[in-house]
Amino acid sequence: MNTHRRAIAFALLASAGLTLASPQAMAQAVKVGIIGPFSGPFAHYGTLFKAAAEGYVASQGGKLAGKDIEFIYRDTGGPNPALTKTLVQELLVKDKVDYLGGFVFTPNAMAVAPLIQQSQTPTVVFNAATSAITEKSDYFVRTSYTLWQVTVPAAQWAAKQNMKKVVTAVTDYGPGIDAETAFKSEFSKQGGTVVESIRMPIATTDFGPFVQRIKASGAQAVYTFLPGGPPNLGFVKAYNENGLAKAGVQFLGSAETDEFDLQKFGDAALGLTTAFHYSGAHDSPENKKFAAAIKKQDPSAVANYASVGAWDGMYVIHQMIVATGGKKDGPKALAAARSLKWESPRGPVSIDAKTRHITQNVYLRKVEKVGDQLVNKELQSFGPQADFGLEK
Amino acid sequence: MNTFLNILIDGLAYGMVLFVIAVGLSVTLGLMRFVNLSHGAFAMVGGYCAALLTREAQWSFWVAVPAAILATAALGAALEALVLRHLYRRKELDQVLFTIGLSFVLIATTNALVGPQVQMIPLPPLLAGSVDLGFRTLPAQRLLVIVAGCGVAMLAAWTVARTRFGIWLRAAVDHSGTASALGIPIRTVQCASFAAGAALAGLGGILGAELMPLEPFYALKYLVLVLVVVAVGGMGSIAGSLAAAVLLGIIETASKYLASDWGSLFFFVAMAALLAWRPNGLLKR
Repeated sequence: MNTHRRAIAFALLASAGLTLASPQAMAQAVKVGIIGPFSGPFAHYGTLFKAAAEGYVASQGGKLAGKDIEFIYRDTGGPNPALTKTLVQELLVKDKVDYLGGFVFTPNAMAVAPLIQQSQTPTVVFNAATSAITEKSDYFVRTSYTLWQVTVPAAQWAAKQNMKKVVTAVTDYGPGIDAETAFKSEFSKQGGTVVESIRMPIATTDFGPFVQRIKASGAQAVYTFLPGGPPNLGFVKAYNENGLAKAGVQFLGSAETDEFDLQKFGDAALGLTTAFHYSGAHDSPENKKFAAAIKKQDPSAVANYASVGAWDGMYVIHQMIVATGGKKDGPKALAAARSLKWESPRGPVSIDAKTRHITQNVYLRKVEKVGDQLVNKELQSFGPQADFGLEK
Repeated sequence: MNTFLNILIDGLAYGMVLFVIAVGLSVTLGLMRFVNLSHGAFAMVGGYCAALLTREAQWSFWVAVPAAILATAALGAALEALVLRHLYRRKELDQVLFTIGLSFVLIATTNALVGPQVQMIPLPPLLAGSVDLGFRTLPAQRLLVIVAGCGVAMLAAWTVARTRFGIWLRAAVDHSGTASALGIPIRTVQCASFAAGAALAGLGGILGAELMPLEPFYALKYLVLVLVVVAVGGMGSIAGSLAAAVLLGIIETASKYLASDWGSLFFFVAMAALLAWRPNGLLKR
């Protein structure tokens, strides 16, 4: 009888201990909601975000500032502001996340601005690249880039190469128009002329006609912006097949030689010149550590602008957790984020205190072959660039 | 003048790419009256086979392409024999739902097996360069597409109109009961025609890959273009599809040279106008 009672008491104690222990462990973990496309045509962004975020935590020994990190992933599919808003509301109210990260598409990021403003939730944008996003809420920090940021140095470089006439050929949607406006305004400031501005419909498959127009315009270079994937490939192929390089029309772009698709271009990509903030071939110990960490997390992960955006985004979240001691305190976290300065895989970077956008070096790169791999070889650094889109 | 010639040449090349991708659907949807929205998926399978055989297995382009087309035909025949034949007598909506579902399955399968990246089919040196036309250059691959498109059009039209198989096919579609009473092997005819449609889709996927790069969502992305060509060309009319493809290709190219700010507006306005003018097909009164 005695042993029996003791057994019951023990069982009760044990179960009480269990029920007590688990919420405590949960309360200690810092919750980070990651918003991105995890299914559909853009799912590779989600995969890269996941590999980089988890790879970052693993590289810090599995904890950030002594806290466990609990990631909650939410799938937006594609550009879908209404769904994103619902998902984020759920994350804030039900899951009570401490931080938000991710966002591939501008409309999705814009849609959650009122929610994070009201709940004072620090939100790090890993990718979405329209300048105006960080103005929409005081709790946005961005670790990607904007088109103004990479286009202005490209225009300055073109002018320095004694180019007088340049054509812009951009895909006809938000970021494309941003690139066109930025190039035009900076290039004419430098004394050059944009002889023709071609806007290519977003559904274009045959780029031949546009490339013929570029050739006929008599320009010395074409500055282009295309959304990632198939259109990039189509444009580059048309550029080569119609002999533009031979005719002396220089290719100048930004994200067109993204590491994700680069190997698929084959030798057609050799010699393409771009101005961009991150190259997988950036030669630094930080970059090697980053590439190794995401590969370890997910062998299919690629070191490119999306994964480096997520990696640096996690660095910012890490520092915010350090500053707040793991408690939820939006204003204090943001105050810490505004003064951050560190060595990222892309080079030295800092968060601009006013715009909360990342200030970073922009590099002139050229596609070269190293071994049997195509890489974006950095030829020169234009030095630290702010977001010129917000300065206006 | 130069612009005019440019429009004509680029338009013809683009139209031929459209035709090569659409001709398979012109067989399955047009001739067999089967609403085959998985056409894009078959084209994707053909393209992926060719890409993997040439790039990963290092086969020669000229061997890999027929092999990929045969593989697509075999997949088409197998699906027809196992599943799709039960759908011939069902309503169009059932066919639409099933074939769209099939497309999603094939998209997910390719994504899982090969990954989301764009796939390239490496071209042999003969096709990789450009041909000098005097006043401009044209990619050599486009010449192959034009030749292949003409060849396919003639071969298909001849098969349907002149051969015994063509007569069987038309009989089987128009009145399968009577046809089978006359001793026509209906099942064989249907299966072979569907396999031929799939094979042509595969050919289109391979030859069109230069303009419509292969990736998992290929199966749905270009479906609208293909459906437009078949609808404007008229059900079952291969010559009609060819005419529609070239005409729409030239219109689309002209709008790119002259009014690119309008996007694809002229392409779809032309489609609407042509459908209003000749609802049964471009070459039918």
